[in-house]
Amino acid sequence: MSQRCAVVGIGQTKHDTMRVDVSLNGLVREAVDRAMKDADVSWKDIDAIVVGKAPDMFEGTMMPELYLADALAAGGKPVLRVHTAGSVGGSTGIVAASLIKAGVHERVLVVTYEKQSEGNAMWALTVRMPFQQAIVAGAGGYFAPLIRAYIARSGAPADTGIRVALKDRQNGLKNPHSHLAFPDISYEMIADSPMLWDPIRYLETCPSSDGACAVVLASETAARRSPGPAAWIHATAMRSEPTMFAGRDDVNPRAGRDCAAELYRHAGITDPRRELDCAEVYVPFSWYEPMWMENLGFAPEGQGWRMTQDGVTALDGDFPVNASGGVLSSNPIGASGLIRFAEAALQVRGKAGAYQVDGARKAMGHAYGGGSQFFAMWIVGNEKP
Amino acid sequence: MRQVAVVSFAQSPSVRRETDLNEVEMLMPVVHEAVARSGLAMREIGFTVSGSSDYLAGGPFSFVSALDAVGAWPPIVESHVEMDGAFALYEAWVKLQTGEADSALVYAFGKSSLGDVAEVVTLQLDPYYVAPLWPDAVSLAALQARAFLEASGKSERDLAAVAVRSRRDARKNPMAQLAGEWSVEDVLKDPYLVAPLRRHDCPPISDGAAAIVLAADDVARRACRRPAWISGIDHRMEPHALGLRDLARSRSTAEAGERAGVGRAAVDVAELHAPFTHQELILRDALRLDDRVPVNPSGGALAANPLMVAGLIRIGEAARRVMEGDATRAVAHATSGPCLQQNLVCVLEGGR
Repeated sequence: MSQRCAVVGIGQTKHDTMRVDVSLNGLVREAVDRAMKDADVSWKDIDAIVVGKAPDMFEGTMMPELYLADALAAGGKPVLRVHTAGSVGGSTGIVAASLIKAGVHERVLVVTYEKQSEGNAMWALTVRMPFQQAIVAGAGGYFAPLIRAYIARSGAPADTGIRVALKDRQNGLKNPHSHLAFPDISYEMIADSPMLWDPIRYLETCPSSDGACAVVLASETAARRSPGPAAWIHATAMRSEPTMFAGRDDVNPRAGRDCAAELYRHAGITDPRRELDCAEVYVPFSWYEPMWMENLGFAPEGQGWRMTQDGVTALDGDFPVNASGGVLSSNPIGASGLIRFAEAALQVRGKAGAYQVDGARKAMGHAYGGGSQFFAMWIVGNEKP
Repeated sequence: MRQVAVVSFAQSPSVRRETDLNEVEMLMPVVHEAVARSGLAMREIGFTVSGSSDYLAGGPFSFVSALDAVGAWPPIVESHVEMDGAFALYEAWVKLQTGEADSALVYAFGKSSLGDVAEVVTLQLDPYYVAPLWPDAVSLAALQARAFLEASGKSERDLAAVAVRSRRDARKNPMAQLAGEWSVEDVLKDPYLVAPLRRHDCPPISDGAAAIVLAADDVARRACRRPAWISGIDHRMEPHALGLRDLARSRSTAEAGERAGVGRAAVDVAELHAPFTHQELILRDALRLDDRVPVNPSGGALAANPLMVAGLIRIGEAARRVMEGDATRAVAHATSGPCLQQNLVCVLEGGR
């Protein structure tokens, strides 16, 4: 009943603070055209379209899939619009993959974007808690206390975050799509950057980007007609938990652990650190690398920071994490999750260019959202599952 | 394809302005009623998916707190579409087809009362060339109504008849908001709101919530004495620019209806998501339903129109008639976007 599904085309925009040169349509088409060219398909080959993005208020267009229909040649086709907060890029890829796995369609175009310069992300990301005053401190204000809790629990060295940021920013220099590129990036430069939300410094924070990412997914039959190498989807998983209730561990959320466990089970993986070659993990603030290493089972609880400190997660390390530069280098929120999924696919297709991980055969894409409560993950491989 | 059925349906009453309950409070009893009716335990539900729009609540991430209505602990497999709940139901149907789940909870909520809804939905339009002109929802519908009347030879009297019938039928629907007995002559005396539409041609502004449980194969048979099997479901988009499509017809509904197999056998009843009177007539044509097919015995969106919910309610109402044995084959339809831009058609059958 469940059909095989592969990534056969990937396209990204140049991500930037303000893409004033393109409309919403233009931004989306820049990524879509590249993905379709990569897959060597035309509009008539696309059976359905799944659009994903974070809150409509970022751009001020309500249910924008309706407007994007013309630029995406969607007339006569099924279109779905997914929104699962920050994890949405990942969820969108998973919903699209399920259309192929279920045997409903042969080829599905996945389109995600955010044009954050059209609105005020800081405001839009300030979730109002019931019976609490809105602090309008954005996502950093929400996550900083959780990071401090992680540091207190694990006893991680204070410069772990700086080391993550240095690595991701160095990786980002190798990626032509990166929004942020600091050619002279250094440990000192990050350490000396202003403290925004203690312990998160300015250069340990993701940017607010305009950008899009598109992917063409294909069934086993349809995949044969695309000339490039395919990235086969070995497993997908999603999990959600409530924002707050007594007893919830929002530093190491159960939804993330459960999601990873199901993912590995479906992919037939028992030792993820050894069996996976690299991972693209949603790290919007540097400290989330060690936190997710533990949550995803790559390191024992309280030990994730050692992977960073020992250089394991570096591009030339034993288990490269965010070889692309990650969310710290580009963050068009609605697309960020699919970018993680797509970058994992690029690695196993051997098409990651200057940041290619040697011999990558199996990789993970990871996205999270809300108050660390929505998770979407996939594992892709260069061989069929 | 796996056999997938609607096994239970629950909805809140639709009201003009729900001032006492927030979205979660509105949703909670509905979700629990739907799950209880299915006989499944909350933990047995394999997949949860919802439909809603942040622009109705006027704040980002409105679906996040709605998650409290399902008590997502231990963590659940969950997704959300920024669309009418009917499209969430489609995602659930696909999930069940992959074999990764055997049952799904679908819910939708919307409080249109929180803003000026006719203007809010203007933000769905092309943000560069059309939205700045600020055409409201009623004016766009009137444009479509005019195109339809001229192309079809139908009259304003035909539109009024749809309104009168819908509100009369709604008297038997305890969840309806706008019900009563009017004559065609009465309502035609009203002034135009935006010609050729009068007040009665337009939907009420509604707050409401609804939930449906889907199940596959034997789980469906266990959950419901007479499941409403989904024998076909499909949805299609049309171009956005109003000048690029024939507003007097609904090609996307016709295509979705064909793919869902509407015409393969007789239809006992249809629930069509037609917020404006002329849209019911356009949809009837598109689905080739003859005059004998009862349409919207619930009163339809003309009697209760909670945005993001009204499409899911159509599927629920159609399924309910099959589950209760009043119909063997029912058609449900949901729409999204200005002037019926995107349409979903679902065929539900009993007795398998």
